[in-house]
Amino acid sequence: MINPLFYLQAILLALGQIWVNKTRSFLTALGIIIGVASVTAVIAALSGLKTKVLTEFEAFGASKMFILHDRPPGIDSNKYSWSQIRMKIPELEAISLHCPSIERLTPITGLGGTVEAGNETVNGVGVTGIWPAWHKIENRNLIMGRPFTMIDEKHARQVCIINDTSIEKLRLDKDPVNDHLIFKGRRFLIVGVVEDKADSMFGADFGAGGTEVELFIPFSTAAKMQSPRFFFMIIAQLVSPEVADEAAAEVKFTLRKMRHLDPGEPDTFRIEAMDKYIEQFKGLAAGITAIAGGIVGISLLVGGVGIMNIMLVSVSERTREIGLRKAVGATPAAILMQFLLEAITLCLVGGLIGLGIGELLALGLTMIPDAGLEEAAIPMWAVVMSFAFCATVGVTFGMFPAIKAARLDPIDALRHE
Amino acid sequence: MIIRTQSLQKIYRVGVERIHALRGIDLEIEPNEFVAIMGSSGSGKSTLMNILGCLDQPTAGRYELAGRDTSRMSSRELAQARNEQIGFVFQSFELLPRMTALRNVELPLIYARGSWRGRRRKARLALDRVGLSDRIHHRPNQLSGGQKQRVAIARAILNNPAILFADEPTGNLDSATTRELMKVFEALHDEGQTIIVVTHETDVAAHCSRIIQLTDGLISSDLKTGNGQARTQVDGDRPEVVVAPAAASPAPKTDGSPR
Repeated sequence: MINPLFYLQAILLALGQIWVNKTRSFLTALGIIIGVASVTAVIAALSGLKTKVLTEFEAFGASKMFILHDRPPGIDSNKYSWSQIRMKIPELEAISLHCPSIERLTPITGLGGTVEAGNETVNGVGVTGIWPAWHKIENRNLIMGRPFTMIDEKHARQVCIINDTSIEKLRLDKDPVNDHLIFKGRRFLIVGVVEDKADSMFGADFGAGGTEVELFIPFSTAAKMQSPRFFFMIIAQLVSPEVADEAAAEVKFTLRKMRHLDPGEPDTFRIEAMDKYIEQFKGLAAGITAIAGGIVGISLLVGGVGIMNIMLVSVSERTREIGLRKAVGATPAAILMQFLLEAITLCLVGGLIGLGIGELLALGLTMIPDAGLEEAAIPMWAVVMSFAFCATVGVTFGMFPAIKAARLDPIDALRHE
Repeated sequence: MIIRTQSLQKIYRVGVERIHALRGIDLEIEPNEFVAIMGSSGSGKSTLMNILGCLDQPTAGRYELAGRDTSRMSSRELAQARNEQIGFVFQSFELLPRMTALRNVELPLIYARGSWRGRRRKARLALDRVGLSDRIHHRPNQLSGGQKQRVAIARAILNNPAILFADEPTGNLDSATTRELMKVFEALHDEGQTIIVVTHETDVAAHCSRIIQLTDGLISSDLKTGNGQARTQVDGDRPEVVVAPAAASPAPKTDGSPR
């Protein structure tokens, strides 16, 4: 309907208007600028956090599965006793035999206490009973000595593996293999040294990762040192992350059979796969993004009202110009388009500045130490969405002033003082 | 016939009051006429010009522009007619302040149908015709009143309109500038341009080949001047108006250039 160059001309004119009224335009677009800057910064922070967390998950093992007791929800807690729901060693053996989707597994059980080595005493040491598969599952390799053997396990031998930090903390030899230490009145032979835990966002010792003394003993030894109804859980590594559902079904079948649960009865155990956590986290991140987006969307609407106000001022200031343009042949549609493009241009320029500020904020976020936001960056979809939203605000709030301009009577407009 | 109106009426409503601005105008204007529409304020001359210039539509009656009935035109078609067949010159110039003379002159082409190719050349040509080719990159605030009005004329003639309307074109100019500007109009008239000037200044009307007097929304007199000769005799300095009855008897055609 209108010459394509008309659009170019209208945009150039709009930019000219913005440039001539620099201060006014800036103040007008401030709402948009702040809105876009804050939404992009929030999205950048969230996406940085997401990247970081997902990387952590992957390092932690996306193909990991936890199997532990569970008291069915909503049912009288007395109905199922601890003896009924706790994991039992025959169950552990059954799972390790009958679940083909599980590559390897280890039970873990925790003890705590004081460890003595020579004259050195350390309190509150975490002592964990494990199977040899633990090293592969947790990705913690030995740096000295050997892992536990089947014989260690079978005979519940008093052998132990310590972590690297312990050598220093317990003032042991540089090569402590074959040294002894005392735990709960028993003498343990050190057979190996395992690397310290990698710094991680997860796990009990967040922030202090790898700096604590850790002691590992064969699972059977740990079992013998506790009451007969002791607590343990199973960590399984799956053949691949994709078989999580199959593995869960296999474990469920095995355990229900072992526990003689009737079809109507609920599970008295819980199977948790890592991918479930990933899904949950992704959902949470999406939720926070949506909420942040919604809040900032409101601020953009407020900015839009400012745009509408200034466009109304612009229309009334330029009434004579509108009259002249109509006199030389501008159709109402052309006038409408001109003012609409001006509003959109104003919004988009505001959006561009806001995006620049958002980018700087994101850069600032990455520089905050220990905030876990090193990966903060504005994703492309957020850039596109910001501009789309700005354009929408421009159209929405520019429409009324533009219609007002388009409807002006040329004679009245030319007579306007 | 470029313009033909039949019992043209315009009634404004102001509250409950009805103002009869035009009470029945019958008017015919031939190509290359140089017409002055005169009258006191309130006589309806501006209303008539607005209707003839397709800025407004009559309440009753008929107006044909170049053979087309305008009463059935949409606002879009009227805008198109203004763009292609009509050029306006206003008393207060109405130049856009932030644009150069050239850009101001180009303005109607933005709204024109068809290609924009050659618009700069066209605008230069128009400025050339009004004798302003040395001021094309000046902005309105760098131009004198007379120069501004010549830019406005260049803008009006850009599309070679069928009619050039001028509404009190010399109202804001001194007498020396007025004479200069009237020479521009005369030159355009000599090139074949049809011009309608709305004015209350007899000096201005004296340059025209036909003077229409409006009183209370009706044509009270319609005179042809012998202006073709008059202009050469007294050279623009308040020439004697040679009166000839216009519509009644076919007056000897003395106006305009031979072509």
